[in-house]
Amino acid sequence: MSSHRTVTRLAGLAVVATFVSAACSSSGASVAPSVAASAAASTAPSAAASTAASAAASAAVAPKDATTAAAAGGVDAICAAGKTEGTVNLIATPPDWANYGQMITDFTAKTGIKVKSDQPDVDSAAEIKAANDLKGTGRQPDIFDLTTAVTLANLDKLAPYQVATWADIPDANKEPTGVWTKNYTGFQSIAYDSSLGDITKVADLADPKYKGKVALNGDPLKAGAAFNGVVMAALANGGSADNIAPGVEFFKKLTQSGNLIPVDPAPATIALGTTPIVIDWTYNEVPQIAKLQPSGINWKVIVPSDASPVGAFYNSAINKDASHPAAARCWLEYVFSDAGQNTWLKGGAIPIRLAAMQKAGTLDQAALAAVNPPTTPVVQLTNAQVDAATQYLKDNWKFITILPPK
Amino acid sequence: MIDPPAGAPAPPTVRTAGSASRGAGRGRLRGAGNYLAFVPFLAYIGLFLIVPTLIVAGGAFLSIQGDPTLDNVIQLFTDEVFVSAFITSIQLALGTAILGAVVGGLLAWAVARGDPNGQLRQVVVAASGVLAQFGGVMLAFAFLATFAGTGLVTLFFKNVLHVGVPYDTTWLFGLTGLVVVYAYFQIPLMLIVFLPSLDGLRQEWYDASASLGGSSWAFWRHVGGPILAPSFLGALLLLFTNAFSAYATAAALISQGSPIVTLQISNQLQSEVVLGQENVGKALALGMIVVVTLVMTAYALIQRRASRWVR
Repeated sequence: MSSHRTVTRLAGLAVVATFVSAACSSSGASVAPSVAASAAASTAPSAAASTAASAAASAAVAPKDATTAAAAGGVDAICAAGKTEGTVNLIATPPDWANYGQMITDFTAKTGIKVKSDQPDVDSAAEIKAANDLKGTGRQPDIFDLTTAVTLANLDKLAPYQVATWADIPDANKEPTGVWTKNYTGFQSIAYDSSLGDITKVADLADPKYKGKVALNGDPLKAGAAFNGVVMAALANGGSADNIAPGVEFFKKLTQSGNLIPVDPAPATIALGTTPIVIDWTYNEVPQIAKLQPSGINWKVIVPSDASPVGAFYNSAINKDASHPAAARCWLEYVFSDAGQNTWLKGGAIPIRLAAMQKAGTLDQAALAAVNPPTTPVVQLTNAQVDAATQYLKDNWKFITILPPK
Repeated sequence: MIDPPAGAPAPPTVRTAGSASRGAGRGRLRGAGNYLAFVPFLAYIGLFLIVPTLIVAGGAFLSIQGDPTLDNVIQLFTDEVFVSAFITSIQLALGTAILGAVVGGLLAWAVARGDPNGQLRQVVVAASGVLAQFGGVMLAFAFLATFAGTGLVTLFFKNVLHVGVPYDTTWLFGLTGLVVVYAYFQIPLMLIVFLPSLDGLRQEWYDASASLGGSSWAFWRHVGGPILAPSFLGALLLLFTNAFSAYATAAALISQGSPIVTLQISNQLQSEVVLGQENVGKALALGMIVVVTLVMTAYALIQRRASRWVR
């Protein structure tokens, strides 16, 4: 089991690397790309063939139970059934997160299915909890957007479904039956109000002039984004995916100097100037640039130069107990379609089909240029590394106190 | 509660029955009727208090696989993070309860002394009614917008007065911040719950005490104080539990380190990094129930002592 997870995570890394080399062909290509590219290429024909075959077998399966669109008569048939259901329930999809706002608007415009987005700011574990608590009420989430750890711990809650663009997604980034499919990632970044000066490195955050200005997106023991922020700090301070101690030490230093404030950064605190420097995923912070411009804040998002880029894919999955199963399948089809994948990119996220779309010429080049992804190889922790890092954090992330210094 | 043990409800004929059966039958019927009126309340308490309490208490003693274990509860005493969260929570709740009770109590006294139909009183009472419920993210945000790094007051010092800001702009994110922000809803709450008791103090009692040669101190020592003590203590308890159980306000200000129990519970239940900690969260919640039970027991004992003169 755990070795399987490891492979999954490593291959995710390869995919990002693929995209990196595809996007920036002028730069020095790394070793990884060819592996992922060939994996994607080899799976493509057979998967396409099987899709065609099952389409020929005609719509034998009801859209709500379909494991592929073809089996139920195609994507249009799925979405028509979804429209009859009327609504799809989402959870943990804030409009500012990886461009979910536009994704939802576009989806409703295209399919006529309404989107009900509940509890936008909760974490992955709370998505599963909501599914359990609200089971059978019609209000339970139909779709999950989960971190890998939470996904693998809840496989029995998920319904298998292979999207129509299945062949573009390298094998290692999907569960073979479609129980989960990796969808998008970002890079850990430092986003800041550029009137404060230039920040290019993690080390810059320790500058005394940034006292009371640095915020981390959540508690690393609770939120995946913050957890990966610590990984980034570790990489910048001589640590590695196997050793996050230097990252913890760095944040301890930031806490003692008063540079780190414990506020949870949100669009409101950024607009207010309470959190002028934020450590977060690129896809959360890139959308802030345009939003803050009218209020005169020149918001910059950088992937620091003193650390390898840190990434982690989120997984899309269907709730096995969904109250709108066809609409849920239609939603997945949309987010994995060219339009949906380009929507991620416009929000600063890196979609899973990026390499394939680049090859097919369907990728939004302007959006790609705006994201300007890093060219160095991306670090993604394996599951074993995540477990070790989590244990280390549990034992050592104890230095934050609200009591006055003694 | 000690009505006759009416196994089955009394037959409806009792209502029109002859005088022979009247006494006992009426009593039984009234008992059943009283119970009937009690049902909605019992159902409410059962669904929203007793069942959740049982789930929490039961879950605290189960491992995530569902096996009985004491590990979760033992962690409350051995994990320094949890111990310190309880200590901080109790300090915060007690501190803001006393602060709120004293300041709010004095404010209520000032209001009670004023014109009972005056506009000032109406404004103060109405404002307190609103502010007592002003909490959570909105309240935290209001303070951030006022005192944080780019808050109104901070910028006033910087840009208008051109002097150094006389406080560390990160004070909001520490214990001081929580105390001040909590006081913002504790003080008005005290005013609302304590004002009726003060209104109940009659001028005649003061006059009677004065006519017997009692000084102001003597009045408060022997008349006003004893009359107000039970309701003051009750209000203090309400303020304590109000602060002890507060979550959203603190969560909006402090997302790092989870220094108080409610934030720790949220961490255990919702973490997407450390999984399978739900029952540790329940153990923490059970710990909170125990603390509140202890405080309420102490309150009941003090209350009995304080209201002894009534009996």
